[in-house]
Amino acid sequence: MTRVRLRFTKLGKVRWTSHRDVARMWERAFRRVQLPLAYSEGFTPRPKVSFGLALPTGHESLAEYLDVEVADGASGVDVGSDVPVLLGRLSDALPDGVDAVAAAVLPAGAASLQEEVTSCTWQWVAVTAGRGPVDPGALAVSCEQLLAGSTLVLTRHRKGREVTEDVREAVLDLRVLGPAGLPYAGGVRLQAELACRPRSLRPAELLAGLGAGGALQERDPRRLHQWISRDGARWEPLEAPRVATDAPPAPSERAS
Amino acid sequence: MTSLWPRIEPLLARVHKPARYIGCEDGASVPAHGPGRAAWLLVYPDSYEVGLPNQGLQILYELLNERGDAVAERSYAPWTDMEAEMRRAGVPLFSLETHRRAGSFDVLAFNLSAELVYTNLLNCIDLAGVDVHADRRRPEDPLVVAGGHCTFNPEPLADFVDAFVIGDGEEVVGEITEVVAAWKRSGRTEGSRRRVLRELATVAGVYVPSLYDVSYDGPRLVAVTPRYPDVPAVVEKRTIADLGAWPYPRRQLVPLTEVVHDRLNVEIFRGCTRGCRFCQAGMITRPVRERPASQVREMVRSGLDRTGYDEVSLTSLSSADFSGIDEVVSGIINDPACSGQVSVSLPSLRVDAFTVGVAAEIQKVRRTGLTFAPEGGTWRMRQVINKLIREEDLYGAVEAAFSQGWHRVKLYFLTGLPTETEEDTLGIAELARNCAAVGRRHVRAPSVTASVGGFVPKPQTPFQWFRQDTVEELRAKVRLLRDATRRDPGVQLRWHDPRASVAEGIASRGDRRVGAVIEEVWRRGGTFQEWSEHFDLSRWTSAMDAHGLSLDWYVHRERPQDEVLPWDHVSAGLHRDFLWQEWRDALAAAGTPDCRWTPCYDCGACTGYGIEHVVGSPLPPAGGSQGTGQDLGGGMSVPVELRPSAVGAASR
Ligand code: SF4
Repeated sequence: MTRVRLRFTKLGKVRWTSHRDVARMWERAFRRVQLPLAYSEGFTPRPKVSFGLALPTGHESLAEYLDVEVADGASGVDVGSDVPVLLGRLSDALPDGVDAVAAAVLPAGAASLQEEVTSCTWQWVAVTAGRGPVDPGALAVSCEQLLAGSTLVLTRHRKGREVTEDVREAVLDLRVLGPAGLPYAGGVRLQAELACRPRSLRPAELLAGLGAGGALQERDPRRLHQWISRDGARWEPLEAPRVATDAPPAPSERAS
Repeated sequence: MTSLWPRIEPLLARVHKPARYIGCEDGASVPAHGPGRAAWLLVYPDSYEVGLPNQGLQILYELLNERGDAVAERSYAPWTDMEAEMRRAGVPLFSLETHRRAGSFDVLAFNLSAELVYTNLLNCIDLAGVDVHADRRRPEDPLVVAGGHCTFNPEPLADFVDAFVIGDGEEVVGEITEVVAAWKRSGRTEGSRRRVLRELATVAGVYVPSLYDVSYDGPRLVAVTPRYPDVPAVVEKRTIADLGAWPYPRRQLVPLTEVVHDRLNVEIFRGCTRGCRFCQAGMITRPVRERPASQVREMVRSGLDRTGYDEVSLTSLSSADFSGIDEVVSGIINDPACSGQVSVSLPSLRVDAFTVGVAAEIQKVRRTGLTFAPEGGTWRMRQVINKLIREEDLYGAVEAAFSQGWHRVKLYFLTGLPTETEEDTLGIAELARNCAAVGRRHVRAPSVTASVGGFVPKPQTPFQWFRQDTVEELRAKVRLLRDATRRDPGVQLRWHDPRASVAEGIASRGDRRVGAVIEEVWRRGGTFQEWSEHFDLSRWTSAMDAHGLSLDWYVHRERPQDEVLPWDHVSAGLHRDFLWQEWRDALAAAGTPDCRWTPCYDCGACTGYGIEHVVGSPLPPAGGSQGTGQDLGGGMSVPVELRPSAVGAASR
């Protein structure tokens, strides 16, 4: 049994599909490229695929991951040597906007994505709902104050209940990148690194702690990285060689 | 800007299942609109999950996009949350491929598979920014066209639909396209709408209701007569003679989000001559046209390769009747290209042990539940409806199922059938209990679900004259069954809401006057009537009252032989004499055999159109009585066209 880790994107219209939808897209894509998968035992055998952190519906990402078990001794793709070929065939079998960008065989006993990933970098646009432009300078000051503070108490919805808690520790970095440009004239682009332990903090939730009384709204949230931090070092589960990961989305891409 | 996407996308964060509105399915076309091309928007007037898998719509979608003079996109009824957002933001109904305005297409073509979607059809027209009344539309508005089984009684929608297509759509969409493309080139000037409708009325299989006068005498319909000599007095259905000439869909749509029937679907034959008297689908799609087995295998293999699905459904009205079904199924299961991971499903299993054997071959691992449809509770009842399943057939099937590892069996029944007595109703409970007892011989806790639906008589069937049960009558029967099954832990009873059957009855056999009722139900917010959370019968009954129409007259009344029926000017080829004789035979509990394997009795479906059954074998398939309950001994000549065993796809 070989475990393979794949990194992929979720960009454009397809961002409106759910985490479950993405799982089913991958199952079909694996069958289409005839990657010999290992199946679970039992009444309804399913391929053994595990996805990392769920990406909320409507969010884009340059850094999604999955681990899949490939049957040993089966003919077909040699994951070790044919990575670019495999990535190309998978991307062709996946919807527009979902592209496989990196793959690697995992060493035996490697930890799962859920166990490993500690934080994510997000980028998004803050706008006001029909109440004029956002002031980038003032927003930058709010961000600095937030980072300078020792607490950030937010009320969030969790499974239908309201939960109030201090999430300051989850905000690892936060900064204003500047005016967002079209189609969000008057919006401001933000970037943050947010912890996903013990529970993920989402950009929209953080925004509620930044704007005066929830006046700011989130547009085009996009995950740029997932990070594994341990013993002072920080790395990605897989590097993505083929994409410029920090580029803001081009307007033409958004209009598709 | 033609794409509405920048205005649609901000709405998506606020609605459930936003993936319903993005398109992007594998198999979707990238349409190139142009002045020389008739632009069709194919609309399924129910939710995306229900509408996307519809094979009829997908076939026409491909055929139109293959043409140089047409382009087709798709749309589905937006769910209520999305509709509210769209209306608030002023976003009209849109296509999924290029997200353009529905009103900018030349044709809005609706697929009508069930009567309770009629209010959704009105809602979609309205959301498109087009007047729901056909006679108030402007030259720049699209033509509203409808096809599908429900058009065999088009009258309830006659005020809202410009043209109906009756029967198989494969050929006629091309002929309509030519008329529409010429209309488009002419610039759609003032008055051109009337001309294009006149021209469409001369296309065989097309019914243009505005070209007919309707006269009444009190509640009685007197006549529906064409206004012009070139408009047909009776519109005959279209039938494709050879399914093998139409290997579609070639590129079945693979949705990105969950839908019903989310698997590869391959239609193995069209039409059914079992002759069940309640079944409109069977009556209007005669004769049987099988797809060559080699083509079935090819469509399965290429479809699985292309889509990545691991399940294929071999669809038809009674798939076990396909000539050599067992070989086709084992061919798929054992195809090395499918590497043993593919499951096959046969909708509508026939009720006998042979069929269960085929099912056992299919479901090597996932043996959870099997479904059978005896429909009637006693042999007498089943003779009335001509579903000639003997009790031994059913128990044999159930025995085979429980002994081969299934734990759950679901049985479909109808109640409110002609001549049904208390004994017949209670027969449903008895069959279910006996099936559970059979199950106990093999498994510890067998589960038998009896699912009971209230019967709605349908146009173009022998039961079109029948008086439908009232809500109270249906409820009493359900109570009877509840009491009779309560004490058996192996039997679960499920039933459909009798109130929905009444609304379906209004829409099914209504005449043109019922259009006002449908409009009123829609105006009062009655969309998605197939969905219990949105259904409310009082909207329908109060609309009937408001328009002075009597529920008893339209639904709960037996109609006499000489009555002019609202759909008499639309023909499925069936002689009225044949239907009437079947109705009388039903009342006498006399069965009629399947003409696929016994001599033709001239119902009209072949004889009237110069076509024949197309089957791979003239003999009934193996397996005892085959649910016909009759001696089907050979020796008789059968009017079939025999397929040579290895035929490729015929050319069109
Ligand atoms: S015309 Fe004859 S063979 Fe054809 S469907 Fe009717 S009874 Fe059967």
